[in-house]
Amino acid sequence: MRKILISLAATATFALASSTAFSQGYPERNITMVVPFAAGGPTDTVTRLVAETMSKDLGQQILVENVGGAGGTLGASQVAKAEADGYTLLLHHIGMATSATLYRKLPYDTLNAFEYVGLVTDVPMTIVSKKDFEAKDLKGLVEYVKANADKISLANAGIGAASHLCGMLFMNEIKVPLVTVPYKGTGPAMTDLLGGQVDLMCDQTTNTTKQIKGGTIKAYAVTSAKRLDALPDVPTVEEAGLPGMQVGIWHGIYAPKGTPTEVTEKLSASLQKALKDPNIIARFAELGTVPVTDAEATPAGLKSKLESEVARWKPIIEAAGQYAD
Amino acid sequence: MELFNNLVLGFTTAGAPWNLFFCLVGVILGTLIGVLPGIGATATIAMLLPITFQLEPVSSLIMLAGIYYGAQYGGSTTAILINMPGESSSAVTAIDGYQMARKGRAGAALAIAAIGSFFAGTVSTVLVAVFAPPLTAIALKFGSAEYFSLMIVGLVSSIALAHGSVVKALGMVVLGLLLGLVGTDIYTGTPRFNLGILELSDGLNFVALAVGVFGIAEILRNLENEHDRDVMIKKVTNLWPTKQDWKEMTAPILRGTAIGSALGILPGGGAILASFASYTVEKRMSKTPEEFGKGAVAGVAGPESANNAGAQTSFIPMLTLGIPANPVMALMIGAMIIQGIVPGPNVATEQPALFWGIIASMWIGNLMLILLNLPLIGLWVKLLTIPYYMLFPAIIAFCSIGVYSVNSNVFDLYAVAFFGLIGYVLAKLRCEPAPLLLGFVLGPLLEEHLRRAMIMSRGDATTFVTRPISLTLLLLAAAVLVVVLLPSIRKKRDEVFVED
Repeated sequence: MRKILISLAATATFALASSTAFSQGYPERNITMVVPFAAGGPTDTVTRLVAETMSKDLGQQILVENVGGAGGTLGASQVAKAEADGYTLLLHHIGMATSATLYRKLPYDTLNAFEYVGLVTDVPMTIVSKKDFEAKDLKGLVEYVKANADKISLANAGIGAASHLCGMLFMNEIKVPLVTVPYKGTGPAMTDLLGGQVDLMCDQTTNTTKQIKGGTIKAYAVTSAKRLDALPDVPTVEEAGLPGMQVGIWHGIYAPKGTPTEVTEKLSASLQKALKDPNIIARFAELGTVPVTDAEATPAGLKSKLESEVARWKPIIEAAGQYAD
Repeated sequence: MELFNNLVLGFTTAGAPWNLFFCLVGVILGTLIGVLPGIGATATIAMLLPITFQLEPVSSLIMLAGIYYGAQYGGSTTAILINMPGESSSAVTAIDGYQMARKGRAGAALAIAAIGSFFAGTVSTVLVAVFAPPLTAIALKFGSAEYFSLMIVGLVSSIALAHGSVVKALGMVVLGLLLGLVGTDIYTGTPRFNLGILELSDGLNFVALAVGVFGIAEILRNLENEHDRDVMIKKVTNLWPTKQDWKEMTAPILRGTAIGSALGILPGGGAILASFASYTVEKRMSKTPEEFGKGAVAGVAGPESANNAGAQTSFIPMLTLGIPANPVMALMIGAMIIQGIVPGPNVATEQPALFWGIIASMWIGNLMLILLNLPLIGLWVKLLTIPYYMLFPAIIAFCSIGVYSVNSNVFDLYAVAFFGLIGYVLAKLRCEPAPLLLGFVLGPLLEEHLRRAMIMSRGDATTFVTRPISLTLLLLAAAVLVVVLLPSIRKKRDEVFVED
């Protein structure tokens, strides 16, 4: 009993000491980085690459925890409620901004529940079709879609998914409502596109690049400002005549509200270092994306991105009138 | 000849000492997590992903694949010994496997499961090696209309899962379908039956449901009547299948392998049906269908072979298209991407050593598994002799860890407790849990594909009969219905005046 008491006392003292002095020594133990999606998906892959590289720099392991569900809001709300000590972080994508409108009853306040670490990467999207689709280029595609709107099916990976957002944007741009076919995730949606069961999809390069290169689907445009090294023959949306389609699935790292500034600054510096790691640059390139600049991989960079994206998507989602709750 | 060269390349890759080592690590880990109720391959692979960063891509994938099919072997162990299936496929094994164990034939049941799995694994690996590309082409012909009709076949067949009242079995299927509706409607985003609980917005957790209605309910029943369990330990007879068993298991293993291989290639949910379909077929083919549900050898041999064959052929869509057929495949694709290999339609030509190495390792892994599992049978059976007051808290602790590890969510543990009580009540009412689980698994798929097919046909229901594959499946469903109902109608007529 005495032993237990002593060790309890020791633990308490240690806990007290570590909480007062933690910013100098941070990080002193493992950090948990929550991904609000299932393991194996594109966001999970980005997280694991970044976590692995940042671990080396911080000298403590960053453990990736998948808390999937409810379009990413389950994981986000878990981190919003976590202790603000820098040992629980969140890596979330554009869904952080869109769920502020898609979900009318969120258990956290998107713009006020988090501290910011920085942006990580901005994954472009590709407008793709089944391989024997009539249209030759994006212009032809838009004409064909306008003429045959009642026959075209547009696939997406579920409400709130990147492909759903991009599809909404596409219909918003060409001013033609299409029949949309939601799937449970990108895998089944891509399977049906390969089998020619659906006609069109707009999805992240992480999912489409290999299929485009393999000739199993047709690509019309990338939604980035510049052409991609991985897909040099695919024009940008601006070149192809739909400049308003510029969109990226940006990823950022967040911490619970109240996390000390020293901690977020330290994490942000480590993130910037990680994003210059040649291994990360090479892996990102294979996925058709690049790390963000130093200026964006900062708390201020992520904050302004989140704020502007919440504002950008609000009217588009409201116009589509489809909510996730 | 090209195939021969490819196989040589595959076996040289997979046979390298380092890769053999990781294959062994994988299958041992897989067996362990399969045996621990609740902990699934998905959670384990997710936990092990960081380790794979340090390995060669081939080694890490061989290990991850080993975990996956190792867990398929191990999963049947708990289903047979303690009626605790960790995944949908072993739910079927639990029906007759556990009854065999209660009759003191746990050893034979485990051996039959292992032998069936090995045979199925061998045949389906050959299929993957020889026919992967043409099989993929067939799989891509399956759109939502075809999947819907396939699910109808599955649903109709599910009646055969019951060994008691057909009406009660139908009731359980419907209850399962209803439980499957909980969650978010994928087409409109509308939450359904989630009682305002955010954790329910993606539906009930299958593992929590299965562990609850099968395992926890069984523990409650055992605690109520400890005498029943004593019989099972005292009567442990031979550990090995008898001559009669061999005779009874051969045909079911062959049929199970064929059914599992065929359904496994369909990425939209075919593998789920494999063990259920095999059970139905065996019960219908059997000369003694009344034995099913009371410890029929065919009821273990067929579904176990089907399940393992399906597990192997479900690699086909991933290997030929880079498309995941299930969450485990999605994780393996994630592991490849982290290693710098983005899987796609060209993986066989771009990474021949990886592609053929994985295929060869599947067979090597299956061989290791049977060599590992047969000697372990004696040990597993001995576990049953541990006093129950020590065994059951351990079982509950392990399943709680396992269920928690799936989503890192405490809510799922409450779900286990809740469904344990429900399972207990159902057992008291003599309602069986297997049809409930099938309904739970099929319900969401049935709805998803029905509505998607209707969206694509713009509301024209004839799409199900104008598409040839779909029509064929629907006709098959009708035939099954007739075959299933006829004997029970006849029996009803005979028994109508007999007191139950």
